[in-house]
Amino acid sequence: MNKFFERRYVVTGIFIAIIFTLLARLYYIQIVDDRYALYATKNVIRNFIVYPARGPILDRNGKVLVQNEPIYDIMVNPKEVKPFDTLEFCRMVGIDKAGFDKRWIKAVKYSPNKDSPFEKQVPAELFASLQEKMGDFVGFYILPRTVRTYPDSVAAQFLGFIGEVYDRDIKLSGGYYRLGDYIGKTGVEKAYENVLRGQRGVKSMMVDSRGAQKGSFANGAFDTVARTGERLTSSLDIDLQKLGEKLMTNKLGSIVAIEPSTGEILAYVSSPTYDPNLMVGRERGNNAAKMYNDPYKPFFIRPIQAQYPPGSSFKPLSALIALQENIISPSETYYCTGHYRAGNRLVPCNNGEAHGSVNMGKAVAESCNGYFSMVFQRILERSGTKYTEAEFTKWRANVMKFGLGTRLDLDMPAESRGNVPTPLHYDNVYKKGAWRASTIISLAIGQGELLATPLQMANLECTIANHGFFYKPHLIKAIGTENVIKAEYTKRNYVGIDSQYFEPVINGMQAVVEGGTARRSKIPDIIMCGKTGTAQNPRGEANSVFVAFAPRENPKIAIAVVVENSGEGAHWAAPIASFMVEKYLKGKITPRESGITVDYFANANRLPDLGLYELDLKKERRRDSIRTARADSIKKFKADSIKKAARNKLANNNKRGVWVNFLAAGRTGK
Amino acid sequence: MNNNNNQRSFFFNVDWVTVFLYLVLCTIGWFNIHAAVFDERHPSIIDGATNYGKQFIYIIVAVVVGMIILLLESRFFSALSPAFYAITVLLLILVLIIGRNVGGNQAWINMGGGFRLQPSEFAKFSTCLLLARYLSGPNIRVTEPKSFMAAAAIIGVPMVLIMLQPDTGSTLVFCSLIFVLYREGLSPYFLAVSGLLITLFVVALLFNPISIIIGLVAFTALVIFLFRRNRKLITTMLIGLAISISFIFCVKFIYSHVLKPHQTERINILLGITTDLRGKGYNVNQSKIAIGSGKLWGKGYLHGTQTKYAFVPEQSTDFIFCTVGEEWGFAGSVVVIGLFLFLILRVIFIAERQRSPFSRIYAYGVASVLFFHVVINIGMTIGVVPVIGIPLPFISYGGSSLLSFTILLFVLIKLDSNRMGII
Repeated sequence: MNKFFERRYVVTGIFIAIIFTLLARLYYIQIVDDRYALYATKNVIRNFIVYPARGPILDRNGKVLVQNEPIYDIMVNPKEVKPFDTLEFCRMVGIDKAGFDKRWIKAVKYSPNKDSPFEKQVPAELFASLQEKMGDFVGFYILPRTVRTYPDSVAAQFLGFIGEVYDRDIKLSGGYYRLGDYIGKTGVEKAYENVLRGQRGVKSMMVDSRGAQKGSFANGAFDTVARTGERLTSSLDIDLQKLGEKLMTNKLGSIVAIEPSTGEILAYVSSPTYDPNLMVGRERGNNAAKMYNDPYKPFFIRPIQAQYPPGSSFKPLSALIALQENIISPSETYYCTGHYRAGNRLVPCNNGEAHGSVNMGKAVAESCNGYFSMVFQRILERSGTKYTEAEFTKWRANVMKFGLGTRLDLDMPAESRGNVPTPLHYDNVYKKGAWRASTIISLAIGQGELLATPLQMANLECTIANHGFFYKPHLIKAIGTENVIKAEYTKRNYVGIDSQYFEPVINGMQAVVEGGTARRSKIPDIIMCGKTGTAQNPRGEANSVFVAFAPRENPKIAIAVVVENSGEGAHWAAPIASFMVEKYLKGKITPRESGITVDYFANANRLPDLGLYELDLKKERRRDSIRTARADSIKKFKADSIKKAARNKLANNNKRGVWVNFLAAGRTGK
Repeated sequence: MNNNNNQRSFFFNVDWVTVFLYLVLCTIGWFNIHAAVFDERHPSIIDGATNYGKQFIYIIVAVVVGMIILLLESRFFSALSPAFYAITVLLLILVLIIGRNVGGNQAWINMGGGFRLQPSEFAKFSTCLLLARYLSGPNIRVTEPKSFMAAAAIIGVPMVLIMLQPDTGSTLVFCSLIFVLYREGLSPYFLAVSGLLITLFVVALLFNPISIIIGLVAFTALVIFLFRRNRKLITTMLIGLAISISFIFCVKFIYSHVLKPHQTERINILLGITTDLRGKGYNVNQSKIAIGSGKLWGKGYLHGTQTKYAFVPEQSTDFIFCTVGEEWGFAGSVVVIGLFLFLILRVIFIAERQRSPFSRIYAYGVASVLFFHVVINIGMTIGVVPVIGIPLPFISYGGSSLLSFTILLFVLIKLDSNRMGII
């Protein structure tokens, strides 16, 4: 045997030892250390968010106002693309070779091995034929998505629109939203965002080292399903809404119709309106910019944001308060001379023509300014002129019970308050205690500082129709299958007027339509009770206002119509209201004795002249700017003068200081 | 007579255990290559369009070559070893001139038909053969400086040529032949000291000193217990233990004060102490993730996520062990490493039963080369040795590598089958 024979054991020992070291290390990383399994999972699993479709919104009869339209993006993964018939592809998608090359370069630039959209929003018509042939184009596939679509293009201001979240939204949501998510920006999309958006799902996908998707992880065991947003049933009647928008074409203003027995809003017209489909898709940005710059402001939600003086439509309310406060009895007469003298103010009535002797019913029917000025003055001065302020405060409280001057808490964002002036306001304008009933007499006829939104006006009519109470107006009546969405919507809000006082006022309102100011708007076979208003407008012609409810017995609809800058309420607002009421009650519009037609009103253009309108706007702005400029200059002047004074003082001090010091020194020296 | 007849048979005295291990390892390799580069469009494991299909062909070719070797005369290898060596050296020079550059290494000669030859793979075989021939010659003793220098030259020439490619991995493989020299009489201190220091250096960087010391003491105790009659060994082990422990404490000092920052950083990354996950550390990190995530039983054949989704580069060649670790877990790793250990021990066993020094020395060469490949390859996939690209024998994808290891092993089997005869 070889003399180094025993060295085989050393070699063997070394080999075994080293190999066991490897095994120990393997044992450590495979069995002891759990991190690697975690890393491997992290490597291959990516969680993708699955976006649910937003909930659809229906009208009160189940007709679709907004739904989701499937659209199709053609996606491409450049790495997987195999040679194919480019011309055939272009023909199918409807693009040319240059367009193809452009899109191709863009896709490759984005990532050569990740999916990116090749052609976005292919219409559904193309989908069937594309789907059939997609097999020929390896590397391309079709990704279905949904976008909002509005089949009837109505109720844009009600529906609102969605848009990408802002940083602020992300912060406020506590990180729920991510960059690029969509969120309701206005209208019902905003108000009911939480139920419309649905619940996002998560899909765990396996990806390879380049990030390309390779199928679902664990057969989707850890995926959560995206839940579609809730279906909302709105209270709107789509046919009524359409008619309203048609009637308001080329006019500024608003129509609000409410079902008095529920507070459900039937029509919510804001004019000018826009096609909500413009706020979807690739042209959204341009369209939005155009509309923001439109001087007629289509994004302005007039039913709840515009504040108009109610004008004469306020008179029934004055009458009710007077009756409740025992100021006057329905039968008491007042002799109208064509104007009412309040202090040294003269309130003109009926263009200076005398109404003669009027009782409450007639005063409402003929819209006698004198009668209501008298009533107003009596209310404020019943305890003597010294106590005007206290009485005014009481009157104001009574008015506000009807929902004026406060938000009605509509289930929509951005509601205005309207305005019922406070005593403090008059104290500021005049002087404390220096204002009397005569000073603020214009409130009696719904003018002056009094402002109401069309919603508030319509709600006022609901209250009268209901003889003393209203339900909070709302636009959404059901979420999914849940029919009562808020307890407060079934609660009666009493306004503090006993029901017996309504009859005389309603009689007057009936007379308005039967033979009063709005007699041209009488609807065959329907008793409508209404009140016209011709509200003075600081800007141009008066606003045409009409408020009404119908039928008189068991009212089904209360309505407020405002047509801006159009003059007499009876000329524009009343006929429009009458068509709306008839449409809702009868389902159709019958020929009128007076001969007025829907088409005439739909085609009439009552838009204020753009030049004048803008001039007015500018004037207002200039007035504001002059005011601010003046305030600034005053401030500046004050600041300058203070500085100057300080400088002078300093200089004087210095000048004097020498002498004083000198003198002081001299004195101490002595 | 009967004996004579049997001797004429091709397979007389063939060590079937080794052949069996060889075939098992080749098959494991083939299946793991299938998993590593699995292509859904070509799921069949014998599809010629894929690397696993090609590997199947390589295996068949390798087995045929192995059979042919068994047909040859044993004396042929001893007699022609200088010629083999000369051809290899010529090829190594040739590859530097006309070689094809792949991945920074000028290591391949294009053979036409899509096949490429890697001469450095065959250099291991011819070097072992010539070393065996030289050391088995009369009056040659490694302990004599002149003989030692000659042996070192035989090993050194191909090393220098391969270094010029430059293929560090294949160069370092030749270092493993120090075991052959040791077995043939080289002073044990050459081996012990250098090996120990390198090992300790690496180990000391990876673990904290206390656990290493505990491990070393335990190991020493075990060896002493196993070989308790060998007093000399006990003494050596105890001295080694003392040196090791002191060296461990020196390592940190050398590491932080003697080496330059960029050197330590490179070692850090290669050892996985610090991670440069996108750059140099990417391979090792992903490889460790693959193996580590296999846990005890693995993720199952074709179910390794790291493997399937291409997280580890070069996974069918140098990093093939990732697939084993990920899809077959610790159990599979133990089996594969166990098979290798078994094969290496079997080769040593064969070596020691040879009557002819030539066969024995050659067998030690085979064992050393196999051992080095296995340890370095698996070690780098789990981050205990720096990444130097050498294949895992019989398992990594590649015709040259498989063929050269087959030749290396089958020549030994042939020599062994003739161990009763005279060479």
